[in-house]
Amino acid sequence: MSRPNDLILRSTTSLIAFILFGFSIYLYFAGHNAPGGGFIAGLMVSSAIVLMYMAYGFEAVNKILPINYRYCTAIGLMIAVLTGVGSFFFGEPFLSHTFGYLYIPFFGNKELATAMLFDLGVYITVLGITMTIILSIADDR
Amino acid sequence: MSNLAALPIIIPLISGILLIFLHNRMTVVRILAKVLTLGNLAVVAYIAYYIYQNGTITLEAGGWQAPYGIVLVADMLSIILVLTTNLVAVAAVFYAPSSLSNKQEHFYFYTFYFLLITGVSGAFLTGDIFNLFVFYEVMLMASYALIVLGGGRIQLRESIKYVLINLFSSVLFVTTVAFLYSVVGTVNMAQLAERVGEVEQKGILTTIAILFFFVFAIKAALFPLYYWLPNSYVAPNPVVSALFGALLTKVGIYSILRVFTLIFIYDPNLQQFFIWIAGLTMLFGVIGALSTNNIKLVIAYNIIPAVGFMILGIGLFNQTAISGTVYYLVHDMIIKAALFLLVGAVAYLAGTTDLRKIKGFMHHYPVLGWLFLLATFVLAGIPPFSGFIGKLLLLQAGLASDRVIIVIIGLITSFLILLSLMRIFIQCFWGEKDNDAYTVDKQAARKFTLPVILLLFFSVVLGIGAEFFYPIAESIGKYLMNPEIYIDSVLKE
Amino acid sequence: MEIIMSILAGTLFGTGIYNLLQKQLLRIIIGTVLISNGAHLFILTMGELKRGQPPILREGVTDYVDPLPQALILTSIVISFGVTSLLLVLAYRASKENQTDNMDKMRGNEYE
Repeated sequence: MSRPNDLILRSTTSLIAFILFGFSIYLYFAGHNAPGGGFIAGLMVSSAIVLMYMAYGFEAVNKILPINYRYCTAIGLMIAVLTGVGSFFFGEPFLSHTFGYLYIPFFGNKELATAMLFDLGVYITVLGITMTIILSIADDR
Repeated sequence: MSNLAALPIIIPLISGILLIFLHNRMTVVRILAKVLTLGNLAVVAYIAYYIYQNGTITLEAGGWQAPYGIVLVADMLSIILVLTTNLVAVAAVFYAPSSLSNKQEHFYFYTFYFLLITGVSGAFLTGDIFNLFVFYEVMLMASYALIVLGGGRIQLRESIKYVLINLFSSVLFVTTVAFLYSVVGTVNMAQLAERVGEVEQKGILTTIAILFFFVFAIKAALFPLYYWLPNSYVAPNPVVSALFGALLTKVGIYSILRVFTLIFIYDPNLQQFFIWIAGLTMLFGVIGALSTNNIKLVIAYNIIPAVGFMILGIGLFNQTAISGTVYYLVHDMIIKAALFLLVGAVAYLAGTTDLRKIKGFMHHYPVLGWLFLLATFVLAGIPPFSGFIGKLLLLQAGLASDRVIIVIIGLITSFLILLSLMRIFIQCFWGEKDNDAYTVDKQAARKFTLPVILLLFFSVVLGIGAEFFYPIAESIGKYLMNPEIYIDSVLKE
Repeated sequence: MEIIMSILAGTLFGTGIYNLLQKQLLRIIIGTVLISNGAHLFILTMGELKRGQPPILREGVTDYVDPLPQALILTSIVISFGVTSLLLVLAYRASKENQTDNMDKMRGNEYE
């Protein structure tokens, strides 16, 4: 098999993939009160990873990102469910959320909510499911 | 205490996720799955007892008040169905290791099994019509995975049809909810029930009601829409078929029962329509069961007349009939699971599903044979078993409202159900000893029998203990006939 | 505006169902995507189309949009995303195992 000539894809991927990673994290944090959120951020990060798979090939990306995406799904679901269950210990109804303010240096006073944790679960789940499905077709030859 | 209502959903969900991590240690997974299922059964039994003592539990998820947030409503009907679901689940989890191949178990069987239980329990417990759709999807998503388990050629082929029909009905469900939202402006079932009565234009509401009926009828496999069911229920492994046959169509029936006793109760013509659908469903289903020589297909077709009986109760719409439907629902969940497991065992031991090729099973596996006969009697409704009581109530209600034709159809159907199952019994279990056709494996047979005995035990108890169970069914019937109780318990006015 | 959106949703449904009735698996899947998009558009239309502020309590805002249809659509999009991707995998595997993507040839018989 001749090597494909994908110089442009490879060199732009190294840039675009990181922009996508960054943007996905931005979307995740924006999601509480503005457009964004765990679902769309998860899709964004998985599109970045898929782009890397396309540019650098299966083996190379497996080496730099040795993640089992099935466990990823499970961890994400677990986080989301346990955030809901956490309210049991405070005598609140299932899935109750609370929030508080935290001073982070440089960023200033930021609102932090337990809904963020739930969203983190969604983020990881979406990443896991998308990658599992895409890879299960991709490595089938 | 309101969090109790969420436990039957959360416990299987967490169990399912947990088992993904242990994926590489199959022996641990098997034991843990059994323990967790039994634990869940115990919790659900406790919740049922609690509700029996203290009345309906409503949980406002996230602390959002009733008409605005999502509510979970655990009333007597819901919790009894969840309890039965878990009974079936226990039988299935004990049956699974001997029926599934190693490869199928490694395909995350137990995870999807728990997700299925989550979806079914959620659908029974939710008090919000859009949330009902979400739990339907959870349940269907798990069922899509379970039906392709192992990924044989036939399974893949049948699963595509199954996914497509369900996907279409789901889209229709969403569209219908959108219609309903535009007319009444809420998706909370209790508030819907209140507001539907106040709407001026009943015409559009009737359209919506028919659309809902159509959606649920696809899931429940009613008369013109049952064609997808038999083949896709035969394709997967017996334990999966048992879960599907026992749970999925019943969720459809439960939804019809809930929606048409709570929300759309203003139009008696709808009920008239249900009765005819019921009659046709029974007749066509049982004809299907008689038309085939594939033993698994016979049982799969037998789901359809049972669904017909339940819809008959909803169509007759009086207290006796609704009690009969509830009784029949519980009875049918247990017995269908038992029959699928039994027939799965027969097919496994004989190596074929063609009933003309199996004979003399009784000589090798007497216990299996007698259990099958018992299951046949229970299903066909021979007194004093549970099928009899459900049918008796339904037919009594039919006679009381002067619907003789439907009662006759019901009786004919019962006889034909008996005939269709006796054909299997006579062909496969009676007859000459046949040593060449299959190798006798008594040890495997013993593993198959235990879960079936469990299910049949409960089925027989349900029949013989009718003294105890009938008042519960009656009180549920009374409760469903008075939707105000439900509305008050949710909206707390 | 509602009428235009309804017609658009109807068109999506129509083309979706036309594709659903084809024999080729991929076309069927495209059909399902189209009808679910039609349904999402329909939910949005049914929740009244208007310009307003996001439904988060702020001072000086009186004109909010209805958040419920948006929540319903989001849920529904996530679900149809999941089902569509699952269906794609399934169709891929099924067409490979059966060596055809023609639904006519995937009919099967009674004893298998």
